[in-house]
Amino acid sequence: MTSEWTNPLRDPRDRRLPRIAGPSGLVIFGVTGDLSRKKLMPAVYDLANRGLLPPGFSLVGFARRDWADQDFAQVVHDAVREHARTPFREEVWQQLSEGMRFIPGDFDDDNAFKQLRAAVEELDASRGTSGNYAFYLSVPPKFFPKVVQQLKKHGLADAPKGAWRRAVIEKPFGHDLKSAEELNAIVHDVFDPEQVFRIDHYLGKETVQNILALRFANQMFEPIWNRSYVDHVQITMAEDIGIGGRAGYYDGIGSARDVIQNHLLQLMALTAMEEPAAFDAHSLLTEKLKVLRSVRLPEDLGRHTVRGQYAGGWQGGAQVPGYLQEEGIDPSSVTDTYAAIKLGVDNRRWAGVPFYLRTGKRLGRRVTEIAVVFQQAPHSPFDRTATEELGKNAIVIRVQPDEGVTVRFGSKVPGTSMEIRDVTMDFAYGESFTESSPEAYERLILDVLLGDANLFPRHQEVEESWRILDPIEEYWARSGKPAQYPSGSWGPVEADEMLARDGRSWRRP
Amino acid sequence: MKIDLTDTTASKINKALVKGRRALGTPAVGMVLTMVIVTDEENAYDAIKAAEEASHEHPSRTLVVIKRHARTPRDRTTSRLDAEVRVGADAGTGETVVLRTYGEVSDHADSVVLPLLLPDAPVVVWWPVDAPDNPAQDPLGALAQRRITDLYAVENPLQVLDTRVRSYAPGDTDLAWTRLTPWRSMLAAALDQAREKIVSGAVEAEAENPAAELLARWLEARLRVRIERIVTAGPVVTAVRLGTANGEVVIDRPEGPLATLSLPGQPSRTLALKVRTTSELIAEELRRLDADEMYAVALRGEAAKETPTHV
Repeated sequence: MTSEWTNPLRDPRDRRLPRIAGPSGLVIFGVTGDLSRKKLMPAVYDLANRGLLPPGFSLVGFARRDWADQDFAQVVHDAVREHARTPFREEVWQQLSEGMRFIPGDFDDDNAFKQLRAAVEELDASRGTSGNYAFYLSVPPKFFPKVVQQLKKHGLADAPKGAWRRAVIEKPFGHDLKSAEELNAIVHDVFDPEQVFRIDHYLGKETVQNILALRFANQMFEPIWNRSYVDHVQITMAEDIGIGGRAGYYDGIGSARDVIQNHLLQLMALTAMEEPAAFDAHSLLTEKLKVLRSVRLPEDLGRHTVRGQYAGGWQGGAQVPGYLQEEGIDPSSVTDTYAAIKLGVDNRRWAGVPFYLRTGKRLGRRVTEIAVVFQQAPHSPFDRTATEELGKNAIVIRVQPDEGVTVRFGSKVPGTSMEIRDVTMDFAYGESFTESSPEAYERLILDVLLGDANLFPRHQEVEESWRILDPIEEYWARSGKPAQYPSGSWGPVEADEMLARDGRSWRRP
Repeated sequence: MKIDLTDTTASKINKALVKGRRALGTPAVGMVLTMVIVTDEENAYDAIKAAEEASHEHPSRTLVVIKRHARTPRDRTTSRLDAEVRVGADAGTGETVVLRTYGEVSDHADSVVLPLLLPDAPVVVWWPVDAPDNPAQDPLGALAQRRITDLYAVENPLQVLDTRVRSYAPGDTDLAWTRLTPWRSMLAAALDQAREKIVSGAVEAEAENPAAELLARWLEARLRVRIERIVTAGPVVTAVRLGTANGEVVIDRPEGPLATLSLPGQPSRTLALKVRTTSELIAEELRRLDADEMYAVALRGEAAKETPTHV
């Protein structure tokens, strides 16, 4: 095997040939979990169906179940049938199912890991996976140390010459800076930092990748993307559901740690960063880190941050309990289910432009968007009555659902009098491109197998994000209680007051 | 919604399109291209159906040009244009206009099509049957960035293939080539794994199969070895064998969608290689609208003149 070997059948001009992952296999720990059944397995099938997986691709499940390979294949079959995006095709399934293995066992069971090692070696021989494996840790973070140490102990983390071993981990990446550093130390002790892929499924979404295309492939947006024209930026991730059955995980963590630390700060970094030197993992990391390092917290955290808890109420026609009434939640819990914070970015482009980040559960509807709100026109030749109904111009990047971009501007109302009103111009992904764009997990799993780290936050970003959030969490822990807000509303009145103090208001997304 | 127009003109058709859109309440649309289908009455139904399915991925305005042949000499002297405007649920995600030309206007179909093209959007012309000998020089073909022909729909595919080689212009493409994409990507993936120099090769297919010929030419151009053409009972391409110093790389698909991949020194494994529908082929064609240089390479099979640019 030579490293300079080039495939004569591949050519950059030949763009019909898709990026197919090289020979490889995926090992999923915690394969019986919800995420694995609803997202990972269907994504693997969809990739196979689209012809993007290499011949001989193998899937190994690891969990504490008394299953044989066939039982596992049946579980994957059912998951694929129910959740896959693309139609079920027998021949694709047959190709995939031949490479499925299941290892029953606990994470501290040495025997199970010996079996895993044997299975990996057997697959190398029988399926030609060439020693390339990604280990997907779809397990609670408390098991991370155990699993990675077992992988190390049984030599599974050491790649044979010319092959790779990668680790894929899901959030939460710790619950504060210290725990995140510890976690990173544990994982990096076993896997090279370059080979650790942290999944933030938001970054796999088409719209999020489109932020960069919108900003840096076009001429018309970038000139106004700065403090001279932008009044402020609002980044919202709202969910209409409560905590559901996740009480054990959620209580004590809260929405700021669960969402702001990773998703919202990543979206903010992509919105605010400078143009990267190239579209590769290293350049993106450099620029995102620069922005995260220039983030400045407000001096008075009490006036510019708000946390809340949903109270019982009516949401979308159904009566729902409040957070403190949810099963398994301590009635005196001070965990936030809503968080809004104001951040500044201390650099030439953004000085003085506030970034408002908010997230919450049991809000009006499920929506994630980035709204860049522009200043009013400095002078208007129209009289005040003509522009009474005119708000501020805005560019809204709709991340989900209904992915797309909205531009809001003023237009004359048809008629004899001069009256200017807000109108919107919409670009919808469903309309202009594919009817069903690939699921984020499809893209991310393929990128892991290809070793393309563009869409994965690196440990420096994770640590930098905790550095931003930690002082806020500490302030909240010291003072007061979360404000209550009715389920189905757009958050506590305190959050509206927080923006009103700055002479602004939240968009209704 | 469907609007029928008899003995009409392009500007009346444009008005009908606007009227149809207004009635649906969607005056602004996000269509990304205009697709012109030039066909006869017999093949129109299937072609429109395929285009409408492809429009789910690429919302487009579809203009179907059907040249009608009058039965009597008297009818032949009159020139007439009929149109059927479909918007909304009747036309996939875009708009469809079926144009039927009678008499002299048939020779000037481009004058009808030109005013109906979407502003500033790419144009694709597709001839499901009866493609002109020189697509780029055809009056309708000249309007398009991309011209799709189909060697499967001609009487003597290998003869027509030679015509295509001579008339090739950037933007030409053929569905026989599109049908090969799964084969080509699997062969490329197989070589990714085999990592060996190829010293010989063979393509096995039914007789007179243009896709097999294109595949063989592509392999010859890229691998710089002579590729044998072996005739089998089919259907279409049944196997590709690439010889290396240590054995053969084989993708074998005797029948059905399931193929077997064998690599030297490795166990064989199954692969899904299904025959795709026309709408899937069209959807793939529309994904890239710039010239397909690899098709040109395969068409000419210029092993010697080609300078490879590996990255």
